[in-house]
Amino acid sequence: MEALSPTMEEGRVVKWHKRDGDPVKAGETLAEVETDKAVMDLVARADGVLRQVAAAEGQTVPVGSVVAVIAAPGEPVRAAPPPSSPPPPAPASRPTAAPAGSPVATPAAADAARVKASPLARRMAREAGVDLKLVTGSGPGGRVVRKDLESASAMPLPVAPPSEPAPAPRPPVVVTQAGAGYEDVPLTQIRKTIAKRLATSLGPVPHFFLTTEVDMERAGEARDALNQSLGERGSVSFNDIILKATALALVQHRACNAWFQDDHIRYWNDVHLGMAVAVEDGLITPVIRNADRKSLAELGKAAKDLADKARSRRLQPNEYTGSTFSVSNLGMFDIDEFTAVINPPEAGIIAVGSIGQKPTVVSGLVTPRRRMRITMSCDHRVIDGATGAAFLRTLKQMLENPLAMLL
Amino acid sequence: MANSFDVIILGGGPAGYVAAIRSAQLGMSTALVEKDKLGGVCVNIGCIPTKALLHSAYIARLLSNAKEFGVEAGSVKTDYGVAMQRSRRVSDQNSKGVEFLMKKHKVTVARGAGMLQPGRKVKVGSDVLEAKQAVLIATGSRVKGLPQIGLEINKTTVISSDEALLLEKAPPSLAVIGAGAVGMEFADIFHAFGTKITLIEALPRILPLEDAEASDTLARSYRKRGIEVIVGAKVKKGTAGKDKVALEVEAGGATQKIEVAAVLMAAGRAVNTEGIGLAECGVQVTDRGFIKVDATLQTTAPGYYAIGDVAGPPMLAHKGSREGVFVTELLAGKQPHPIKYDNVPSVTYCHPEVASIGLTEDQCKERKLDYVAGRFPFSANGRARGSGETEGFVKILRDKRYGEILGAHIVGAHASELIHELAVARENEYTVEEVELAIHAHPTMSEAVAEAALDSLGRVLNI
Repeated sequence: MEALSPTMEEGRVVKWHKRDGDPVKAGETLAEVETDKAVMDLVARADGVLRQVAAAEGQTVPVGSVVAVIAAPGEPVRAAPPPSSPPPPAPASRPTAAPAGSPVATPAAADAARVKASPLARRMAREAGVDLKLVTGSGPGGRVVRKDLESASAMPLPVAPPSEPAPAPRPPVVVTQAGAGYEDVPLTQIRKTIAKRLATSLGPVPHFFLTTEVDMERAGEARDALNQSLGERGSVSFNDIILKATALALVQHRACNAWFQDDHIRYWNDVHLGMAVAVEDGLITPVIRNADRKSLAELGKAAKDLADKARSRRLQPNEYTGSTFSVSNLGMFDIDEFTAVINPPEAGIIAVGSIGQKPTVVSGLVTPRRRMRITMSCDHRVIDGATGAAFLRTLKQMLENPLAMLL
Repeated sequence: MANSFDVIILGGGPAGYVAAIRSAQLGMSTALVEKDKLGGVCVNIGCIPTKALLHSAYIARLLSNAKEFGVEAGSVKTDYGVAMQRSRRVSDQNSKGVEFLMKKHKVTVARGAGMLQPGRKVKVGSDVLEAKQAVLIATGSRVKGLPQIGLEINKTTVISSDEALLLEKAPPSLAVIGAGAVGMEFADIFHAFGTKITLIEALPRILPLEDAEASDTLARSYRKRGIEVIVGAKVKKGTAGKDKVALEVEAGGATQKIEVAAVLMAAGRAVNTEGIGLAECGVQVTDRGFIKVDATLQTTAPGYYAIGDVAGPPMLAHKGSREGVFVTELLAGKQPHPIKYDNVPSVTYCHPEVASIGLTEDQCKERKLDYVAGRFPFSANGRARGSGETEGFVKILRDKRYGEILGAHIVGAHASELIHELAVARENEYTVEEVELAIHAHPTMSEAVAEAALDSLGRVLNI
């Protein structure tokens, strides 16, 4: 079992594409594997014949254990250990007979199960409750040393965290005790990651929140006009307009487009916008790269593609890492307003509520207007109250006067 | 001789010659420029010959006390001239060894004073060598006197370690000014050869950079042996005559006049940055006179690097050698292990020896660190008792929470060798527990290291 994502510790074999005895070529998909974030392909690393399929469909095995062996045609293959046991020190087949005989698990993947760390770093991690597997080691051969742990709380973690509670998931496996007043649901890969990541945000990151109400009447008019002119060629949603306005506001307020990095703050020139997407049993934050430089139509298309991929769990790691700021929208669930949890090392996230008609005073008259509430969560280590407020004011102005986005 | 090389190194001391070997090992064509003997101060007038003389001193002292061990040596006679001649042979052997190493690794040695020129060039005599990759400045340092109070080195009555190493006989009396490593070692050497020693230190304690407990132990040991130790002392005036020097020393509110046959200046070193063309190449120096370098040891002039004493403190051979390896690996496109300057061991080879790494206890206090000190005296160590070397102790300062070894201090016989267990531990981030977990052979002096670790954990066994 290869480590298919930076945080993967175990994988569930969803489906074998090749069967025992099938000839395989290097690069061909052997199986689909559910990792902590997505369903990904496990590919052959050598030519040969698939033998000794040791992990059944539906079975979860730790990274580094043998799931099958690729052997030369006719090569006798010794019995592989059961996949749940620790990774074997040597390939189950002749290692020198490469490409034939290479085990599916690469040596690098086998090493991934063991974390190299200094005794001091281990002790510090144990006391701080830090998972060493999530820490990038800077010592010899990637060894985790004291320095790495000192910056671990603020390091860019490799997988996007959840931004707010997800819609109630449908648990895949439910163990119900007859007559018991409860049921135990094992954590899925994605929920394990959510749990791990969530604890690195709200606890250590000093959050504060800013809320503003935005008049969406003109944004609505703009959307309708754009959709009319686009016709068959596509459509623009409120969410697209909000993403676009956020990206442009960030360009003007680089102080909010930043990562907290322990001893320094990284201000990003480009805007890579994270977009929280609810998926079955969890959520994920795919990233729209260079959102500030995309046209509204391009941005809308990118957002839709990423959301579709997220829901079908086909996101590649590079599609859900590296965001510089995030947007979470629960408007479709008729939530008036909410606070979102920052996705470290980012310094901010906005939580977008539903758009609804409200009596509003316009030119001295009470008129019904479409209104929407936005709440920004800020990491106070990076963003101060006035900094966040200034960004939010720009965002509000852009949404209330969408033509300003053309400037 | 082709005049174009990948790397040119100016100075053949422990920084320069080690850099030359590593550079050549990494496949870079390398030239080493040296105006004097290969090996620099270390091999010729520093580390190596003093260790030879210190061993002579050790033997003299050992024989004087041999009767207690059941060995009668008769009356012990010493001859500094003979010891000096032997130390010269040791130095020459080492210098020839460096020459051999240069040949073995096909390093071109250019003899003469090198002068840096812009464009990564070094002029040696009428030759101009050109470096394709980098010029490494490793010109080292030299002793300095105190001309402002009349103690300019005159090489007869006011001498530096350079002259002391070449004396034909030990002077009847000697004032050593400066009780750092050099002053401590020469006081030890000459005392063993019958010289009456006055050791004068401006700061409140001898070995001022070491842990206060180490300083105290050494001061006691020296005084017991009959060496006069004056600390917190200011030499107000020095008058050098033909065969004697008169000193006015103020200490503890009183001024005393001291007359000695010679004065040994051991109050610091000056770096060799003059007359090598630094300014012409845009290589800047710091307020303290060292060459300004960045984290990769590159100077303010691209393509010019500084290693060893000229690159800044600590001015120690092993620090310079490591810098030489670091820079050449960097030049060869490798990613060398970064140098941890707080992890350079410091050793004084007087008797008893003093070795340390990391922070002193005072530094722990200044930094308000939450620490625990573990100690073990050699008087409780079987091996030390057996050899009659019970002076000194091992002291380990550990972080209270995680057990990190913040500092370690050893005073005693073989301290210079014992410190490396703790150097390995610190470099690899072992805590006191890993040190203690390693089984230490019995009976050894090293057991005291494990016991000090245990003591810091409140579990000391043999005391």
